[in-house]
Amino acid sequence: MLSYLLEKEFKQIFRNTFLSKLLIVMPVMFIIIFPYVTNQEVRDVKVGVVDHDHSPLSRRLVEKVGASPYFRLSDVSATYPGALDAVAEGESDLVLAVPRGFEHDLVRGEVVEVLVAANSVNGTRGTLGAQYLSTILSDYSGELREAAGAVPGAVLPVFRTETGFRFNPTLDYKVFMVPGLLVMLLTVLCCAFTALNIVGEKEAGTIEQINVSPVPRALFILAKLLPNWIIGLLALVFGMLAAWLVHGVTPTGSLGTILLFAVLYVCVVSAAGMVVSNYSNTMQQAMFVMFFFLIIFMITCGLFTPIKSMPDWMQWCVSVNPLKYFVQALRLIYLKGSGFAELLPEFAWLCGFAVVFNVWAVWSYKKSL
Amino acid sequence: MKQFQSFVIKEFRQIFRDRRTMLILLVMPVVQVLLLGYAIKTEIRDARLAVFDPSKDAETRRIKERFAASEYFILTEELTRPEQINDVFKGGDIDLVLVFGEDFASHLQHDGEAAVQLIADGTDPNQAAMLTGYASGILADCQAALLENYNAPFQIRANVRMLYNPQSESAYNFVPGVVGLVLMLICAMMTSVAIVREKETGTMEVLLASPMKPMHIMLSKMLPYFTLSVVNVVTVLLLAVFVMGVPIRGSLFWLAVSSVVFIFVALALGLLISTLVSRQMSALLVSGIGLMMPTIVFSGLIFPLESMPEGLRWISDFVPARWYIAIMRKIMIEGVGVAYFFKELGVIVLMAVVLMAAAWKNFKVRLV
Amino acid sequence: MKDSVIYADGLTKRFGLFTAVDHISFEVERGEIFGFLGANGAGKTTAMRMFCGLSIPTSGTGRVAGYDIASQPEEVKRHIGYMSQKFSLYEDLKVWENLRLFGGIYGMRGRKLARKSNEMLRDLGFEAERETFVRALPLGWKQKLAFSVAIFHEPKVVFLDEPTGGVDPVTRRQFWELIYRAADRGITVFVTTHYMDEAEYCDRVSIMVDGRIEALDTPRNLRTRFGAETMDEVFQQLARRATRQSD
Repeated sequence: MLSYLLEKEFKQIFRNTFLSKLLIVMPVMFIIIFPYVTNQEVRDVKVGVVDHDHSPLSRRLVEKVGASPYFRLSDVSATYPGALDAVAEGESDLVLAVPRGFEHDLVRGEVVEVLVAANSVNGTRGTLGAQYLSTILSDYSGELREAAGAVPGAVLPVFRTETGFRFNPTLDYKVFMVPGLLVMLLTVLCCAFTALNIVGEKEAGTIEQINVSPVPRALFILAKLLPNWIIGLLALVFGMLAAWLVHGVTPTGSLGTILLFAVLYVCVVSAAGMVVSNYSNTMQQAMFVMFFFLIIFMITCGLFTPIKSMPDWMQWCVSVNPLKYFVQALRLIYLKGSGFAELLPEFAWLCGFAVVFNVWAVWSYKKSL
Repeated sequence: MKQFQSFVIKEFRQIFRDRRTMLILLVMPVVQVLLLGYAIKTEIRDARLAVFDPSKDAETRRIKERFAASEYFILTEELTRPEQINDVFKGGDIDLVLVFGEDFASHLQHDGEAAVQLIADGTDPNQAAMLTGYASGILADCQAALLENYNAPFQIRANVRMLYNPQSESAYNFVPGVVGLVLMLICAMMTSVAIVREKETGTMEVLLASPMKPMHIMLSKMLPYFTLSVVNVVTVLLLAVFVMGVPIRGSLFWLAVSSVVFIFVALALGLLISTLVSRQMSALLVSGIGLMMPTIVFSGLIFPLESMPEGLRWISDFVPARWYIAIMRKIMIEGVGVAYFFKELGVIVLMAVVLMAAAWKNFKVRLV
Repeated sequence: MKDSVIYADGLTKRFGLFTAVDHISFEVERGEIFGFLGANGAGKTTAMRMFCGLSIPTSGTGRVAGYDIASQPEEVKRHIGYMSQKFSLYEDLKVWENLRLFGGIYGMRGRKLARKSNEMLRDLGFEAERETFVRALPLGWKQKLAFSVAIFHEPKVVFLDEPTGGVDPVTRRQFWELIYRAADRGITVFVTTHYMDEAEYCDRVSIMVDGRIEALDTPRNLRTRFGAETMDEVFQQLARRATRQSD
């Protein structure tokens, strides 16, 4: 019986031009375009300069800032309030104010204070910008000291600080986003397909014909889910290929582990979509409910912002978000090359979700009232 | 005019009677603001720091104490072998490792230079950059303190001032954006679906066959959603101010003006969509994929526009929410006057006019 | 118990305070064409859904093809055919694909399924439409096809819920010929309709008013009892007693 039902589902999916298009368009959008958009890297910070000193040393400092890859000189104001104005207008993100007597005081050996004001409406950008600028300032003073030669009679203590990054040495944002976006792709695709599926049959009236037939409900649900699993895995393969060809992002860990997790995850989301479908009477309702939950789940799954930064109660809530575990697992496999043994907790959680949602999906599909 | 009134009343009744939709319309914004406000946080909290310190002298102890005292770090582990560094990273237990060179203090005293290394988990590039940034800052402070004792020349100290959002609260950045998202969702999506539903069930034809002026029909369709949108803006702002502690520093008047203009943009978009499609399903998909996605992705709500490549930034210029969100941030957080967001306001006024005209034209051509 | 294929005794369905079907009792014999009439909202569809195992009765007993509808709904489903008032074949599948699907669901396999499909298409004169998508067929054809699909697996009973709605008289005529052929083969036909001329075609007719069966007999006996010329008059007389609003 299953083979006949499957045959039907596959034919319907491949004849539905809209769904087939979605299968092509979504991986392109999610994996090829989104990594550029979801870039939260802080660069090209616009710096407004107020140079009250107009000395060779202050000019060199300004040049040094302008030469940094992080900064772009955008505005030169005569006064500090003028520079703040430029920030308010959005002309600059950061103000560097060099005080009068900068060179004079430096040469005399006094500690000179330079004012750095950062627009921190976007906290990350403000903080990082100010930090980069502080680093440039301390580099600059080091350079000046070196150029001036050793101070007689004293060895100045200096830290030689080196910074290194594991797993993603160049801090490439795409490497970080791609595994997360793969999760998003699978989620939206599998959820949308199943959420609209049963409700579609309800609207067309064909579900009645199935309900009066002796098809067991688990079998009917299975026939609906199976094609979906295949579609999900197909999309994953497309996505991973696109990530490799376009962005050069490949997993460090084993493909087998990725596949294992993907199969499990697709089971979870398709069943979740099925649950939504079972409880809805119209496609419109199904869409709304799906949108609502998808937005919540996606935003809280740690894909865009770190879960660690959330308040404790929120973190606790997020532990029932299936997306979280798949995002975590995929990132660990892609970036750190973690093996199955290290991902056991994520695997266990996903197994739990798979059982719950699949049982729920079968249970909530009622052949009779 | 009386006729018009009764029409408007009918529209209101229809919407308020549909409990489920009402619930979505009124609860969704609240949930979104709370979630986005609390969940979307990028600030660093209690980053876990491990130290590998083969020297264990007075100098390294002082530095470690400085780290432990910092609000950003918790010193969780002292490593004894360098090989452990990889292990702690792989397990995901540690975010940053501070590695001192051997004989740190004596190198510092005799050679004037001692090595210290910061190794971060680069998985999340922003977190890694922030953490190493904070850590370098602490190291720089330690060094400056040392240098001061030596009376060294050429010391520059940065006096950093955070404008508008000194605590770097993420909510300051995100909440004004959520207002834009919510309005887009409610006005555009709901309006388009509601009108298309009337088209599908055939009641639109009945309306159009009545002696009502098309303009009045269109207005009566828009008015309830306009009202709902205003209610939503007010709710969201009240939540933002009293629950999330986000300030409104600028003028309420301009905030209201900009919001009304933006609501018109969203309503016009919904109307336009409803004149272009004939099925509820298509209306949902067009407004869902065609409006929601760009609003989330291209408006600068979560992903800063500055970090996008040129071409995509150009696309974002056509997303109305991008301009509205910019205005909201300026009014609420920066508290600047109208002169500073004149351009943005101009853009959405222009969009409102163009879209309204297009919607009106289509409405007349396609429906009447 | 006689050779009754459908048996109802005090069958009742309540939705909250509303009693949709109120203690109905009757029997239908093998090969009989049983007309199930009633105004809109009289409870016909609810009753029919109970016999099909789609809805569990609140009280009373019902048996279809020898199986209890409350405790063995899946067994009931194995032995019935059903055609709803909403056309319910898959529009995005071709004619033969629908046959293959429903044949497969009822356990037909391989060669037998193919032979039976061909036979049926030939009987209907649909051989040329084998590869046509169902959505492209005219309504009358769709309904003939849906009926044939409903009896494809040779069920003991077939339930037809307003099968001829919106169809022209000629096609209706042809449709009833199909029904007669099925009844001749021993398939019991349980049919609801709004067309009173169709009621005349039935062996026996029941008329439901406000959830209760108010009359049950052959069309001829009913006309005599109510002193009416046509079934339509009979129906009008009974329907006037209804207190429930039709929807």
